[in-house]
Amino acid sequence: MEYLIIIIGAIFVNNIVLVQFLGICPFLGVSTKISTATGMSAAVMFVMTLATIVTYLAQTLILDPLHIEFMRTVTFILVIAALVQMVELIMKKVSPPLYQALGVFLPLITTNCAIMGVAILVIKKDFGLTESVVFAIATAIGFAIALIVFAGIREKLDLLDVPEAMKGAPIALITAGLLSLAFMGFSGMV
Amino acid sequence: MKIGKEFYKGFIKENPVFVLLLGMCPTLGVTGTAVNGLGMGLATTAVLIGSNAVISMIKNLIPEKVRIPVFIVVIASFVTIIELTMAAYLPDLNDQLGLFIPLIVVNCIILGRAEAFASKNGVGASILDGVVMGLGFAFALTLLGSVREILGFGSIFGVRFVAEEASTMLLFILPPGAFISLGILTAAINKLSMKKG
Repeated sequence: MEYLIIIIGAIFVNNIVLVQFLGICPFLGVSTKISTATGMSAAVMFVMTLATIVTYLAQTLILDPLHIEFMRTVTFILVIAALVQMVELIMKKVSPPLYQALGVFLPLITTNCAIMGVAILVIKKDFGLTESVVFAIATAIGFAIALIVFAGIREKLDLLDVPEAMKGAPIALITAGLLSLAFMGFSGMV
Repeated sequence: MKIGKEFYKGFIKENPVFVLLLGMCPTLGVTGTAVNGLGMGLATTAVLIGSNAVISMIKNLIPEKVRIPVFIVVIASFVTIIELTMAAYLPDLNDQLGLFIPLIVVNCIILGRAEAFASKNGVGASILDGVVMGLGFAFALTLLGSVREILGFGSIFGVRFVAEEASTMLLFILPPGAFISLGILTAAINKLSMKKG
């Protein structure tokens, strides 16, 4: 039951992109086609889960016992950057087809604030390891839903006659606003 | 004259938010009020000036291949300094901005300026670049924060100017309002720059 609340909360009520404003760069950047949006979502899900586990362990096994919690920002960003690099190398070696599909998105992920955001959030919320993993996966699903739905809308948006000044980013932002308004309907669910 | 031109670059021509569309997460996330927008903008400016200065000083010592990790460590150190300073002296603002303070480290503007400017220019020029780009970012956040605060709370910098019982457009404080206001502001700036040609 507790996990169910975490899952519903992370996917719908506190959607990482539309309600918490994390990971906006890829949300606006790679949402012009559904296929790239799907690839990015898969890459984010993979890295987010791994990064949350590794940073959680770094916090509980290294930072907490040594009482150097103030090093959190530095440690987390380095761990995430190294992890992304490692995933890229391993994927290239072990599974070339997967690398073909997700490889181009991996370097972009280091600066995706959703990854770092979730890593810090699970520490702030005092989650255990299982809860953290569930939270990370659910958040990634929320990110995927928002990104893919948004990409679907943007594909249609290309065909419309938009005023010159509104083209590109402005109309995308307003569309995101309407999507976010739709997600407000979920608030109060948990 | 040169300085005036630099400021024009940071505030209008290459404004990180309205023109380059960088640093969108804090832009949307903390601009519920003008004060929060300004606070976030100034915190980012401080980090940007510090990281630009240090990176331009050590640019000749960093091997080409590991420059990005080095930049990230420098930036993360300044973010930690700001984080601890704010927790000590501005605890209220720090609580309001919450998660977005440590996330300054992944703000693309900072790494972007390190890579595009500080790693190629001298210390003085890099500091100036940090000041103008940072203040341009702060300006955009304050503007967006003011618009949202005026429409959503009927106040500006916390001073309420509509009647106590008047109802305001709460939508603009809520997340959808952030996207919609920024969309309209960007469109307005596009329109202005198109007129100028």
